[in-house]
Amino acid sequence: MPTLTLHDAVGAALAEEMRRDGNVIAFGEGIATKRHELVTEFGALRVRNTPLAEGIIAGTAVGAAAGGLRPVADLLFAPFLCYAMDELVNSAGKLRYMSGGQFSFPLVALAMTGAGWGVGAQHNHNVEAWFVHSPGLKVVMPSTPADAKGLLKAAIRDDNPVVFLLDIGLLYQPGAVPDGELLIPLGQAHTVRHGKDVSLISYGKTVHHCLKAAETLAADGIDAEIVDLRSLKPLDEAAILASARKTGRVVIVHEANRRCGVGAEIAALIAEQAFNSLKAPIRRLGGPDAPVPASYPLEQATVPQADAIATAARALCRQLHA
Amino acid sequence: MNAIHHETDLLKLYEQLLLIRAYENAIVNGSAAGRMPGTCTSVGQEAAAVGAINALRAEDLILTNHRSAGHLLARGADPGRMLAEVMGRRDGYCKGRSGSLHISVKALGVVLTTTIVGGELSLAPGVALAQRMHNRPGIVACFFGDGAACEGSFHESLNLAALWNLPVLYICENNQWQAFVHRREAMSREQVTDWGAGYGIPVSSVDGNDVGAVLDATRQAAAQVRESGRPALLEVLTYRTRGHLEPDDQGYVDKAELAAWLARDPIALCRDRLLAKGRITDSEAAALAARVDARIAAAVAFAEASPYPSVEELTLDVYA
Repeated sequence: MPTLTLHDAVGAALAEEMRRDGNVIAFGEGIATKRHELVTEFGALRVRNTPLAEGIIAGTAVGAAAGGLRPVADLLFAPFLCYAMDELVNSAGKLRYMSGGQFSFPLVALAMTGAGWGVGAQHNHNVEAWFVHSPGLKVVMPSTPADAKGLLKAAIRDDNPVVFLLDIGLLYQPGAVPDGELLIPLGQAHTVRHGKDVSLISYGKTVHHCLKAAETLAADGIDAEIVDLRSLKPLDEAAILASARKTGRVVIVHEANRRCGVGAEIAALIAEQAFNSLKAPIRRLGGPDAPVPASYPLEQATVPQADAIATAARALCRQLHA
Repeated sequence: MNAIHHETDLLKLYEQLLLIRAYENAIVNGSAAGRMPGTCTSVGQEAAAVGAINALRAEDLILTNHRSAGHLLARGADPGRMLAEVMGRRDGYCKGRSGSLHISVKALGVVLTTTIVGGELSLAPGVALAQRMHNRPGIVACFFGDGAACEGSFHESLNLAALWNLPVLYICENNQWQAFVHRREAMSREQVTDWGAGYGIPVSSVDGNDVGAVLDATRQAAAQVRESGRPALLEVLTYRTRGHLEPDDQGYVDKAELAAWLARDPIALCRDRLLAKGRITDSEAAALAARVDARIAAAVAFAEASPYPSVEELTLDVYA
């Protein structure tokens, strides 16, 4: 199986979908520069650099999608999506509904986010919950190169606008990517480790921290299950509930601000629908209500690390046996 | 697909002006009587819409904004279905989900209507890009106001359309008002064309209360866009003679300015020209107005008879 970085897996997905469907185009901040191989293969009309103007990049994607194209718009860093909020939220997310279903907006908005490069709070802000809260949008955040490829191909084929977030910390990590057609449906979580004692529910880079925590926990005789959500909307509620019912103990882990983060929704879902299966309170680990600092140790401190995850899981298991 | 038919005969244009005025008055009256929600009218700006829309071709696409009743009616939208939409009824063009401010009619090439001021401008390059990449002949006419010209999206849109050579005809209906603020309080320049020229695209302006002049100016600007494949900006100078959002007492409006524009009412100007040319008599004009009023009365009746959507439809069409 070939090995690709997440960045290259995204490039492979773009190339395959552009080859398959002439309506797929890609434009954005430096995409033609960074992915020049796409320009070489598909030409300068289908792969374009844009001004650094996120509003018009996103708006152009919305208009192009309404006109029958399938644009992929690269908006660079997630905090820049603030400039594109109107186009993504008010136009892409609402105009299908507001037009009584006359239009659809098959587009993908790409942006990088997360700790790892010490880029500071105006380049690193995990804003996925904003878009989960906005009707009409889908939200995807992969944790591996293979998932990035399969999910991006599915997102490009999806008839809805998809906000596709790439974790900076994972971008140049290599991973195995299967040869041939790889399509991962949006809304399908991946149970990356099966276990019986505690469920670690996560997405993005903290999935890897959960995997590391699970090794420590195994040494202590605690068998952790890990659910990688992969897409945050649609959310694989069935997978979340099945795991919660199976283990009865849940730790939800993400890098984004804990307050009103995606984890709050997952905790509420479990409390509403699987309360009777719970053997301990639900725990949430997330970032603080603070802008992410540039200083490396401070930046890393905003991210739930393996030790903290293992500690939380152990506490839940102890609570049970007490 | 609805047949899209544009008019060039002044008498037909006059009838459209009357239709738009009667339609909006029906909402104003319905709103005052508590039977309809409030709306943003385009009263006083009818010639801008009728002149510009009738200069377009059936294959052209339209993006518009919250003051769009004129664009829709001139393009041939059914006032009954529009009023049903205003009243949130099932027979509305958007199944009652849009209300008066965002009526889109794909079959008429009214691609998208957005009430986020400047939203239409942000979508225009993309719609034009799709036209270009699919080798479709129609240009994109994007209607916006002087208020939207003060949004960043105006400048980003013109820059990108000029940079990428996209066939967008930007039509700024400068109605002198940006919600409750006069244009002169909000713009660093007298006219929007001053800004358009900075992007290196052809700009022109026209008396927006003269329907014939708007028709001619729009044809000329549209021809430029068609021939060059590049954007152009036409500024249509007019005046919003009613308030921002009905009901509105216009207490903030300069009475002398309003009176001066009311004296140049686009409907009266058109009627006087028809009378002067002998195209119509006073009694024929009265009969025409009565026919238009009857059509709107029937449209109101249609809308009022249309049922509300079922609550089960609440979450339909959120996702494709």
